[in-house]
Amino acid sequence: MAVDDAILETEGLSKEFRGFLAVKNVHLRIRRGTIHALIGPNGAGKTTCFNLLTKFLQPTAGRIRFEGRDITALRPAQVAKLGIVRSFQISAVFGHLTALENVRVALQRERGESFDFWRSHSVLRAYDGRARELLAAVGIEAMAEVPAAELAYGQKRALELATTIALEPALMLLDEPTAGMGREDVGRIAALIKQVAKGRTVLMVEHNLAVVADLSDTITVLARGEVLAEGDYAQISADPRVREAYLGSEEG
Amino acid sequence: MAVRSEPAAIRAATGTGNGLRHHQLGMALLAAALVFAPLVLYPVFLMKVLCFALFACAFNLLVGYVGLLSFGHAAFFGTAAYAAGHAAKVWGLPPELAVLFATACSAVLGLAFGWLAIRRQGIYFAMITLALAQMLYFFYLQAPFTGGEDGIQAIPRGRLFGLIDLANDLVMYWVVLAVFFAGFLLIYRTIHSPFGQVLKAIRENEPRAVSLGYDTDRYKLVAFTLSAALSGLAGGTKAIVFRLASLTDVHWTMSGEVVLMALVGGLGTVFGPIVGAAVVVSLQNYLAGLGHWVTIVQGLIFVACVLAFRRGIVGELARLVGKPL
Ligand SMILES: Nc1ncnc2c1ncn2[C@@H]1O[C@H](COP(=O)(O)OP(=O)(O)O)[C@@H](O)[C@H]1O
Ligand SMILES: [Mg+2]
Repeated sequence: MAVDDAILETEGLSKEFRGFLAVKNVHLRIRRGTIHALIGPNGAGKTTCFNLLTKFLQPTAGRIRFEGRDITALRPAQVAKLGIVRSFQISAVFGHLTALENVRVALQRERGESFDFWRSHSVLRAYDGRARELLAAVGIEAMAEVPAAELAYGQKRALELATTIALEPALMLLDEPTAGMGREDVGRIAALIKQVAKGRTVLMVEHNLAVVADLSDTITVLARGEVLAEGDYAQISADPRVREAYLGSEEG
Repeated sequence: MAVRSEPAAIRAATGTGNGLRHHQLGMALLAAALVFAPLVLYPVFLMKVLCFALFACAFNLLVGYVGLLSFGHAAFFGTAAYAAGHAAKVWGLPPELAVLFATACSAVLGLAFGWLAIRRQGIYFAMITLALAQMLYFFYLQAPFTGGEDGIQAIPRGRLFGLIDLANDLVMYWVVLAVFFAGFLLIYRTIHSPFGQVLKAIRENEPRAVSLGYDTDRYKLVAFTLSAALSGLAGGTKAIVFRLASLTDVHWTMSGEVVLMALVGGLGTVFGPIVGAAVVVSLQNYLAGLGHWVTIVQGLIFVACVLAFRRGIVGELARLVGKPL
């Protein structure tokens, strides 16, 4: 396998919270163009990993390389600008903005870091067409003018996904995209992830093993902050250590 | 994920951006009211309302649209009052340059305070702004150029552009009205600019804005500086109008008053701070005879107001008509 096959790589990534090691010496290698799942019992350190990769948290030790470039010292907004865009475990939308405006906030990023407070927001109308397309892609175009806070839970997650895709990220990090959803919504979001993953790389935390089995090319199992196993679904589900980790602590 | 068809009312209530005709209508009404107001009300009273209305609008830009609650905004208002007073009286600058200088001083101060404060969140942000403003208060208490307890008195109003004598209250009123509208429109534009859209996103969910690649600290700093500068515009104008800059202008109670005005009128509303300023200034005028009791009565009215109208006067009104005001 060629070296530049990896879009993101970590080396000895660790995070300590006041003496407690939440992430221990994690070596991750996310191959370009794949869907990579990060699974593990609650408290395993999955969200912390996401926070480290996107620099919302500073690692205690270890290095992160994206597209061959060391990004360990960058700030979160810089990481996002390079093309790593994350979603959050708790759905993150801009509540008082409409669905359309939510997506537009992402689209207007291409104007650069602009502090033009004297300009009318009518310049943003140029993005309306693209924003509606994205809302349509996730099936909520009818809600374009509705404040995000008033959307149903599944619609919020769909909106979050549309906002994330709007940035055309090279690497998407999705933290439990189907958590708390009804079965139809899960199916729909899974299909959506599969669809938007084309031409991109996705790293996702997911508890729904059916979704994991269906979507992921590679699975990394995390337990107590450490990588327990890695492989495809067949390998992982046959691994006795993985079964033990899941039985040993409550799956959630 | 069934797509439910939403009632038109929700759509109307959000009134997002496009057009906002009722805002234009509101502004036209406001302008008309302020043009004819001197026929029934004293210009001096009106000028006081306008200066504080601008101050409250500048404050609201920060708390209402970025979600940053500053407890130290008197620092910017008062600094500008001193700066304008000093420039007009000691340096003999014409009023427009004195106010411009005052605004610039507050902008620089805002940049410095903002830089120190914006890294903190919530109550810590409020406490740091309060602490910085208090330090500045004690500095002005000691500094020779502020005149200590006396303040800077008898500041000359001078001639605008060297031509128009501002000694006449009505003439002064038209100038203040123009300054107010310029400031108000700039704030309105800011709220409805692409930049303002990012500010609202930060207010709603800062981590999400960061994850989309926005360097939120820089946006907050620009907003803070802008708010400080406009507070300075209000403070500098006030010093020229009342020919006085004093410790009252930098005191923490002044910071409290602007919070009160924004709250009473409605945080995060376009017209709320103006209504709030009018209410608070009127109350102070009517209650002036009560001496020290003013603060207590004002406090009681404030509590009643907040209990009765949680969103402030204009905020509640906006809910009634189903449009953002
Ligand atoms: N900011 C923090 N401060 C202290 N401990 C934390 C912090 N964030 C996470 N932890 C701890 O780190 C461990 C891993 O948490 P997390 O990464 O959220 O797990 P997961 O997402 O796999 O469920 C947990 O024990 C959690 O309590
Ligand atoms: Mg988690």
